[in-house]
Amino acid sequence: MTTAKIQPLLRGLTAALALAPLLAHAEWGNLNLPHGVTPYSETVYELHMLILWVCVITGIGVFGAIFYSIVRFRKSKGAVAAQWHENTFVEFLWTAVPAVILVVMAVPATKALIMMEDVSKSEMTIKVTGLQWRWRYDYIDQGVFLYSGLATTSNLARQLNSGIDPHTVENYLLEVDHELVVPVGRKIRFLTTASDVIHAWWVPALGWKRDAIPGYITESWALIKEPGVYRGQCAELCGKDHGFMPIVVRALPEAEYLVWLDQQKAAQKPKTAAIDQGNQHIAATR
Amino acid sequence: MSETTAHDDAHHGYRAGGVKRWLTTTNHKDIGTLYLVLSLIMFFIGGAMAMIIRLELFQPGLQFIEPQFYNSMTTMHALIMIFGAVMPAWTGFANWLVPMMIGAPDMALPRLNNWSFWILPFAFTLLLSTLFMPGGGPAGGWTMYPPLVLQTGEAFPFLIFAVHLMGASSIAGAINIIATVFNLRAPGMTLMKLPLFVWTWIITAFLLIAAMPVLAGAVTMLLTDKFFGTSFFSAAGGGDPVMFQHIFWFFGHPEVYILILPAFGIASAIIPTFARKPLFGYSSMVYAAASIAFLSFIVWAHHMFTVGMPLAGELFFMYATVLIAIPTGVKVFNWVATMWQGSMTFETPMLFAIAFVVLFTIGGFSGLMLGVTPVDFQYHDTYFVVAHFHYVLVTGSIFAIIAGAYFWLPKWTGHMYDERLGKVHFWLSTISVNVLFFPQHFLGLAGMPRRIPDYAVQFADWNMVSSVGGFVFGASQLLFVVAIIKCARGGVKASAQVWEGAHGLEWTLPSPPPFHSFSAPPDPATIEGGMR
Ligand SMILES: [Cu+2]
Repeated sequence: MTTAKIQPLLRGLTAALALAPLLAHAEWGNLNLPHGVTPYSETVYELHMLILWVCVITGIGVFGAIFYSIVRFRKSKGAVAAQWHENTFVEFLWTAVPAVILVVMAVPATKALIMMEDVSKSEMTIKVTGLQWRWRYDYIDQGVFLYSGLATTSNLARQLNSGIDPHTVENYLLEVDHELVVPVGRKIRFLTTASDVIHAWWVPALGWKRDAIPGYITESWALIKEPGVYRGQCAELCGKDHGFMPIVVRALPEAEYLVWLDQQKAAQKPKTAAIDQGNQHIAATR
Repeated sequence: MSETTAHDDAHHGYRAGGVKRWLTTTNHKDIGTLYLVLSLIMFFIGGAMAMIIRLELFQPGLQFIEPQFYNSMTTMHALIMIFGAVMPAWTGFANWLVPMMIGAPDMALPRLNNWSFWILPFAFTLLLSTLFMPGGGPAGGWTMYPPLVLQTGEAFPFLIFAVHLMGASSIAGAINIIATVFNLRAPGMTLMKLPLFVWTWIITAFLLIAAMPVLAGAVTMLLTDKFFGTSFFSAAGGGDPVMFQHIFWFFGHPEVYILILPAFGIASAIIPTFARKPLFGYSSMVYAAASIAFLSFIVWAHHMFTVGMPLAGELFFMYATVLIAIPTGVKVFNWVATMWQGSMTFETPMLFAIAFVVLFTIGGFSGLMLGVTPVDFQYHDTYFVVAHFHYVLVTGSIFAIIAGAYFWLPKWTGHMYDERLGKVHFWLSTISVNVLFFPQHFLGLAGMPRRIPDYAVQFADWNMVSSVGGFVFGASQLLFVVAIIKCARGGVKASAQVWEGAHGLEWTLPSPPPFHSFSAPPDPATIEGGMR
């Protein structure tokens, strides 16, 4: 009675493990990591698939052996227990083989990590500041900054018993009032920090997340290859509205980006001028 | 379960009855029972919180609770399950089993034993009372990261003192187990003859003694930051919020193994019994557990790869972390080799033990994936992590606790449990737990962050599946309670050996065992011949 039950279970588990990557290859994006749009996100995707396959194959071996034992070595089928309980060669083998596999996996992992941490030769810098519960983006050396928070449509729908069906809201919880606009094809350096509690800035299509920590400024980078809109969310618990501080990155071709930047500069001139004036005033009164 | 310990040795003298018996008891079996009952109650309180969480996540939008309360549910669920359900369960098992397994009459420090248990009800009353305080319960996550945790309302000092009390209780329990194993072993019971449950518990006890004071220190610094003007963790005052994470995880990673090592011991007791074959690689099991414990102290920063450590640090913690796969693999392979060419039967404890091996291994795989830093930059703080640690904690630790409970209940109560009920409990739990947690891998990979009360609509389908699994899993645990109560009340009388393939000193005692487990040392020949 038990075999009949345990067999489909184990088979199901192995199948589920094996199925995940297969489905992913069929572009069922809802089950797997996205490929993303940066060189780093591609590298991460490939590394992820490599480790996943190593796990799947090991899993098939281990679970297969358990499954086989359950079927074959049953007392009810007259199996008589052997009494061996050691085998130096086998034990050596299953220590050494995983060690070798780990070393093989460590090579691409190390390369990917070195790639991620190399922010040199970046062509522009954006400072990302997390605050409860929105983001501030400063275009360093451009005199442009903006605050980016949850779009009103989502904000209305997400209230307790709002009566608004989230399915009717476009990009529910993943839409902002002001998008972060960046150019494609430029290596962008991101400086991440926070002004109150810890947040984490995460856009899956870029391939990484980075904690935004008060008192710290950390560096990361992204080079977006394709124009498009890429969405993400705060990934570090930051209080009651942690689930409601999305990130939207709009990647534009260089020329369109420059047009946008000029518009922003023009619009923000009065603001920045006022700040400059204030600073001068402070300097004068010192 | 009062009949359990109704036997009294003539020389023992006065024993209180009723409530006073339980308050003043210094008997390892009574205290073991107290720990296990507390653990079961906490399992249901923490479980109720999980049901609230899954209910809110059943569909997108907020239908039942406000985000702040949701956050306090996730925070309390974790604290209650870790410190209230799993850790007391292990101490309960140790109390019941260690003296019987090593041929001792009782624990070495019986009064400390009483005290270490009776701290806990106060600790959890303190913790749970915060839910009714202005500002609500703690909602900054069980990891208590500053600065967020410092925004907690009036609950804050209660949270800190509750953690202090839980820590003091665990340390006292650990000292007691170490003192017992090192001083009260029967003649002939050398260290390398100890059952693996005792071995894994000694290692766990050392981890507790090393790790819990670190947690106490970290939360005390939080307390002084909040109330006494220090700035250990406040950047504005020259402190460092990341330092808290380093200190916390220096406790937190050993804590992970505190939660799982005794499970390894239980699997190593059950699988040979029902395979009727000696445990494969006894000594390599001991060395693997010890190496896992050692490594657990040098991998803490893999919980915080995304804070932006220097490259060299990230590489070190990645290499050290994936190294743990080797001793863990040895353990899994040894269990499989134990089943190989055995003569297996599939009573409820064995079913849970096999499910433990399979499902814990799945948690191990996702753990390996998370250990690889560059990919962790994607996985970190998503539902992939939630799936990972629930596979190792629920289908790992808790499945082992359930397996162990069914395995030793006949010994403890003197009655067999209801096998059919046990099997129904097993199949419902095992199927539903996978419906509950497996889809969370997909959710995480597809981009759903953890600790959010509401989510984008593309995550709706798998969340609904996961919630349904959660409700069924939660409900099936009621069968466990029924099985325990039925078994405690009566049933088919259990023999001393209980299981055909059982080996070890506890199976030489009658079921239920006498009040003082071994009043006279067991025959060394039994130890020599019977242990495997
Ligand atoms: Cu945030």
